[in-house]
Order: sequence, then structure tokens, then C-alpha cells
Amino acid sequence: MSAIPEAPRSPAPPTEGEAAIVVRGVTKSFGEVRALGGVDLDVPKGTVLGLLGPNGAGKTTLVRVLTTLLTPDAGTASVVGLDVVADAAALRHRIGLAGQYAAVDENLTGLENLTMVGRLYGASRAAAKRRGGELLERFDLSDAGDRVTSTYSGGMRRRLDLAAALVAKPPVVFLDEPTTGLDPRSRITLWETIENLVSGGTTVLLTTQYLDEADRLADSITVIDHGRVIASGTSDELKDRVGGERVEVVLEDGTDAERAVAALAGMSDEAPAAQDGLVSLPVRTRRGVIAQAVRLLSDQGIGVDDINLRRPTLDDVFLALTGHAAEEPAAGAEPADETDGERA
Amino acid sequence: MRRLVTDTMIIAERNLIRLPRKPELLLAFTVQPIMFVLLFRYVFGGAINTGGLPYVDYLIPGIIVQNIAFGGFVTAIGLNEDVHKGLIDRFRSLPMARPAVLAGRTLSDIVTNFLGVCVLVITGLIIGFSFNGPVSHIAFGFVLLLLIGYAFSWVFALVGLVANTPESANSIGFILIFPLTFISSAFVPTSSMPSWLEAFANVNPFTIFVNAMRSLWLGTPAKNYVWGAVVWAVVILVIFAPLAVRRYRRTAGS
Repeated sequence: MSAIPEAPRSPAPPTEGEAAIVVRGVTKSFGEVRALGGVDLDVPKGTVLGLLGPNGAGKTTLVRVLTTLLTPDAGTASVVGLDVVADAAALRHRIGLAGQYAAVDENLTGLENLTMVGRLYGASRAAAKRRGGELLERFDLSDAGDRVTSTYSGGMRRRLDLAAALVAKPPVVFLDEPTTGLDPRSRITLWETIENLVSGGTTVLLTTQYLDEADRLADSITVIDHGRVIASGTSDELKDRVGGERVEVVLEDGTDAERAVAALAGMSDEAPAAQDGLVSLPVRTRRGVIAQAVRLLSDQGIGVDDINLRRPTLDDVFLALTGHAAEEPAAGAEPADETDGERA
Repeated sequence: MRRLVTDTMIIAERNLIRLPRKPELLLAFTVQPIMFVLLFRYVFGGAINTGGLPYVDYLIPGIIVQNIAFGGFVTAIGLNEDVHKGLIDRFRSLPMARPAVLAGRTLSDIVTNFLGVCVLVITGLIIGFSFNGPVSHIAFGFVLLLLIGYAFSWVFALVGLVANTPESANSIGFILIFPLTFISSAFVPTSSMPSWLEAFANVNPFTIFVNAMRSLWLGTPAKNYVWGAVVWAVVILVIFAPLAVRRYRRTAGS
């Protein structure tokens, strides 16, 4: 009885340092549409890379290239030291993929789905079943394990899909928009699952169009738009690019906005911006700015409903980098998923 | 090679497990064909002159061949769903033998086709059909039917991979194959057709299949029909299996 062939842990052939994923100049076109226009990427072992971009940016295409589903037109890519084209067959033993579509067979039970995947990785039926049971337990699906998956909720299907990606304990896992279309509670559950996974040392490449998701899960973020990398770094580094912190003041009376802008003008090099009773201004330091702002406003008799200091969000970053909001659908080769309204 | 066999069996098992869970599929295998048999036997049959043979004997091999050619629609619809639900992406990212997804599908069709044949033979026996030939010929008739069905499963596999939706997979198959089955000797003697149509019907592989079945099950003149039927089935298989596998390799889920 063979156990699930665990992906070999032997050190990969020397690549660039301890990179689990190395991408160099990868391009891919579909007819006229250039989905990837020369992408470079490095993901160190044991880290989470968030690949962030709007629909059609090329995220899914890149994941397909890295999981051997698509052959790049040019450039090279390797995962755990294995080339995605030349070593595709060997590579498939060492990766797990959870796609956008919760790819589970709706007519099979949860356990049957996982057992099938395990056997296709080469395990015996008994070993695959055992591993399937373990994963169901870990993903809180034990009670539903013997139910046909067409009865599962969206969140349960995603968890099962993720479990299927982990059947062979792969050292690298690709998660393509793992929470797209999920309700807020299921998203948070799935986030926790992914965090547990990462704490076990797995390298994860995660695509998302949700900035809060990348912010929460990713060690480093690569922003991609129209098939090109337009920025990369940690969440903090990206935020620093758009500038420092901002003070945000919510006014008791929205009609005070102009007076508030005038009162606060001296605090910053840039003019404060006012919109819908919310005044915000960039500041260079955190120290004392709230007290100063409150004093300036109360001197003028302007009522303050709320005031806070906030770092720029990745939304600000995205807007600054691309000139359009992160969730604005862009034309491209990827299928446009209508997922608005499901955002947490 | 061992991988191919194992993986094919795993996929075939997966397809068969789901069968009892999809009652509408079982209905398609049983109720619809029975309705057609009864329709031709009792409504149209009286008006069709088949020379010396009782119409029920003439009909059963013909309608069984027609049905088995369509047995692969399960493959077409199932594969199409797999493509659009992302399962094909999952399979293609697994270290499994590449043709196994298609081979498993078509293999499970053999089982469902066999069920379908049995249902129709039993129905036929109830309404007056009788075999007339040695057991070995009758048995070979079953084998030939399954071979024909298997060849058409690969046609449907290609259709399922090419079509945009399961519904269109179904109707593409229907539009391609349905007329061919009627412009043959399946339901009426080809000599009753206008001469231009008769010329086509006589070379239609379905005429060869049906005549081969009649010679095996009813003892009608065999001529070259049985060999011809085997050759046609193998030719269809040899053309469509590689086409379908090639298409599968290039298919990306949408």
C-alpha cells in the first residue's frame, strides 16, 4: 500500500538563491490580445506572493503558465527549480492549484473528490482516502464529507477545492482568486485557512483583485496591469510610494468643509481635500497632529465628528500606479468575472 | 502505460459513480429509446414494407445502432461541463496520464451503452423481436455494437471539447449524426428512397452497421457488411481519438 507520494523535499537544483518561483521575461498572447508582456517575478521559498491586478490584467494567464496549463510564447519560468515547459511532468507532482472556479465534481461527495485527486497523484485508494479524511477534518468539512458537493455552499466548495490542491502536500501552491465571489464571512474563514497553510512553510502564489486580501495574506505584493509588472514590494513599501500618512476628519456639519480646509491648510505642504464632509490631508509625522488638528478646528468653532490617522490603503496605491481603480474591469484575455457586490 | 490504465480507470469510476445520482441521465438511456421503439413498432411500422422480415425484427437492430451512436452524448455533455467548471484545469495540473480523462470518459460510455443495448433488446423481445442465428453471431453482434458506440464516443468527446455549452454540445452531436442515422437502412429499406438519396444511403456507414447487425442477429445475407462495419468503426476511432486528445491538450478552461 503506497502512501501519497509526498512531493520530494530534496533541495532544488541551484536557482537564484532560495527562490521557489522564478519568472523571466514571460510573454503570452492570445491572437491579438497580449495577456503577458514580459513578466519577471521572484518568490522566495516559504513566502506568500500576492499577485494583484484588475480583471484581465494577466494574473490567471501567469498562473496557468506556472502550473503547466499554458506554454509561454517567450521567456522562462521555473518552480522549485523545474522548468514549466521542459520539466512539466515532474513539476506537476510538486504543485497544487486551486482555481477561480472551485473545480470540484458536483456529483461526487467531498471525500470522493479528494480521494480521486489523491489517486491521480499516484496514491493507492486507501492512502488517498485516508489523506482525504485528514483534509476534510482540517478544513472543517468532516460532517459534509459524505454529501454530494452540489449541496455545498460556495464557501464549502472553495475550501474543498483548496483541500484538493493540498492533497499531495506540494511545496508550492497556486491560489487563483481564492475568495472571489464569496460572502464576507466565508472569505475570512478561507483567509484563516490560507494563513495556517503558510505557517506550515508552503510557498504560495495568490492572485487577487482584493486589496485587503493581499494586504492581509501576502508577504510581498506584485502589482500587474495589462500583462506587465508595474510595481512590487511589501505592502508598506508600496504604500510609502504614494506618500505618508493622512489625517482624516469627519465634520459634524458638512457645510463647514471650506472653513475646515482653510483652518488646516497650515499643517501640510499640500492643500487638504474635502469631500462629503470628510477632510483629509497628508502629513509628514504622526506626532501631535491629531491634537493640533482638533485645536485648529475648535478654534474656528468647527465641530468634529470623528478624526483619525490612516496610512494609504492599497486602493490608493493602485489608483496612483495605474490611474484607475483596482476593481475597474479592464479589457483583456481573462474571463470577466462579475463579482461586484460580494466585497467585504 | 500503467499510469494511463490506472488513471483511465479512476476517471471511468468517477463517471460511473455519478450515474445513479443523475436520474435524468438514466431516463435518457431508457425511457426515450423505448418510446422510439414503440413509436416505430406500432405507429409507423405498419406502413413500412420490409419484404419478408416482420417489421419488429427489421426495426430492433436499426434502432439499437441509432441509439448506440448517440450513447457518447454523455461524454460530450460531461466533458463540456468539466471544461467550463475548471475541472479540466485541475486534471491538467495533476501528474496524470494525459489521454486518461478522455479514455476514462469513453470507457464509462461502454458501460452505459451496454445498459442501453440491454434495455432495448429486452423491450424488443417483449414486443415480438426474435434472434435468428447462432449464439456466437448474436454475441459478436453485442461486441460490434459496443465497438461502434466506442468509436462515436470519441466523436462526441471532440464535440464536447469544442462546444461552448453543454446544450450546444448536445445539439451539435444531434445535428451531425441524427440525419445520418435516418438516411440509412435503419428504419426503412433504402430501395424505397429516391435514387439519389438511395445512392447516399447505401454507402452511409450506418447502413453498413445496421446491415451487419441484421446479418448477425437475423441471419440476413452478410455480404461484406460485418467486416465493413468493423473497418468503419475502427476508421472513425483512429481519426477522432487523436483529434480529441490533441484538442484536450490545448484546451484551457474558460
